Amino acid sequence: MKLFLERMKNGLFTENPLFVQVLATCPALAVSTSMINAIGMGLSSTAVLVCSNILISMLRKFIPDKIRIPSYIVVIAGFVSAIDMIMEAFTPDLYVSLGIYIPLIVVNCVILGRAEAYANKNGIVASMWDGLGMGLGFTLALLVLGFFRELFGAGTLFGIQIMPSFYVPANMMILAPGAFLTLSMIMAFLNYRKLKQGNSSTDIHDVTAVGVGFDNPYNVKYQNREDAE
Amino acid sequence: MNILLIFINAMLVNNVVLSRFLGICSFLGVSKKKDAAIGMGLAVTFVMAMASTGSWLVYKFLLEPNGLDYLKTVAFILVIAALVQFVEMFIKKASPTLYEALGIYLPLISTNCAVLGIALLNVQMELSLFGSLVNSVGAALGYFLAIVLMASIREKLDRVSNIPKSFQGLPITLVTATLMAMSFLGFQGLLK
Repeated sequence: MKLFLERMKNGLFTENPLFVQVLATCPALAVSTSMINAIGMGLSSTAVLVCSNILISMLRKFIPDKIRIPSYIVVIAGFVSAIDMIMEAFTPDLYVSLGIYIPLIVVNCVILGRAEAYANKNGIVASMWDGLGMGLGFTLALLVLGFFRELFGAGTLFGIQIMPSFYVPANMMILAPGAFLTLSMIMAFLNYRKLKQGNSSTDIHDVTAVGVGFDNPYNVKYQNREDAE
Repeated sequence: MNILLIFINAMLVNNVVLSRFLGICSFLGVSKKKDAAIGMGLAVTFVMAMASTGSWLVYKFLLEPNGLDYLKTVAFILVIAALVQFVEMFIKKASPTLYEALGIYLPLISTNCAVLGIALLNVQMELSLFGSLVNSVGAALGYFLAIVLMASIREKLDRVSNIPKSFQGLPITLVTATLMAMSFLGFQGLLK
C-alpha cells in the first residue's frame, strides 16, 4: 500500500511525465484539443504503459542487455496494436478523432523511458504501480492542457457550454498555436513558483541545459553506443 | 492527387512539426545551435525518405496481400529501427565525413515520431510509391525548415534579449513555436 501511494505521488506530481520530465510532448500537444480527447489518449496510454511495464518486468531476466531497446519496442508495439483494435471496436468516435496518434503511442517516450528506467530493475507489482502512476500523471497533464484549450477555444468543457453566451471562442486555442501557447504558459507558471520558493535557477525548466540528451530514452541510447564501441 | 500539391501540403500547409505535432522532442531539444539543427534536419530527411519507401514496400507486398493489415504499426517500427541501424553502419564505412556530421543524430531518429507518423500517413492516404516518397521528402523538408528557423531565432534570442527569469529555457522556446505555428497557419490559404 505504501509503495502504491509513493508511486502514485511520484507519477502524478514529483516526476510528472509532461510537466516535470518534458517527455511525450508530441501526443500531449496534438490531442489536448478537448477534454474528451485528452481523457481518451491519457487512458489508452496508461493501459499500454501498465501492460508493457508488467510484461517487461516479467521478462527482465530473459532479455539480453544488448538488444533490450528493440525488444521493449516490440512489446510496446504489440500492446498498442491491441489497444488500437479495441478502440476501433468499442469507441469509434474517439478512434476517428484521435486518428494517427493512437498507433503513435509506440514512440511515446514515456513508455520506453519507464521500461528502461524502472520496469527492467524492479518487480512486477512495483512496475505495475509505477506504470499506473506515470500513466495517470500523463492523463492529468493532458486534462490540464485540454481544460484551458477547450474552455477558451470552444467555450465548453466535455462538450457542455460553460462560458456565457456573449463569449466569442478564440479559435486559435484549438489550432496548433494554442497548444504551444498553453504549454508555454503552464511551464512559465511552474518556473515562477519554483523561483519564488527560492530554488536556484539551475532547477528551472531548461531543455538547453542538458542539450541533445534531455530525453531519457535518447540518453540511454547514447550510453549504449559508447558502451558498444 | 497532384504530386506538387502533395509536396506543398506536406512541407508548408500541414507542416510536420508546427501543425501535426510530430517530432516535437527533437525540435525542442536539438534547436539550440544552428549547426546541430542543420545536421538533425539532414539526417531526418535522409531517414524519412528511406523509411517511407521501405515501409511502403513492406505494406504493399507483405502485409496487404496476406491480410495482415493490423500488424502495420509493429512492422513499420521494426523497419525504421533496422533501417536506422543499417544506415548508420553503412555511412560509417562508406563516408566517415558524413558520419561525423550525421552520426550522432541517427540514433535519435529511431524514436522520432515524425518518421513513423509519415510512414503511417502514407498508407492511410493510399499514395503510390512515388507519391509517398514525395510526401515524406516534403514533410522532412518541412521539419528541416522549422528546426533551422527555430535554431536561428534561438541563437539571436539568447544573445540579445532580456527574457524574464521564469520564461527562460523551455517556456520562451514554446512561445517562439507559438508564433511560428501562427505564421504557418497563413499557408493554409495555399490549398483549397
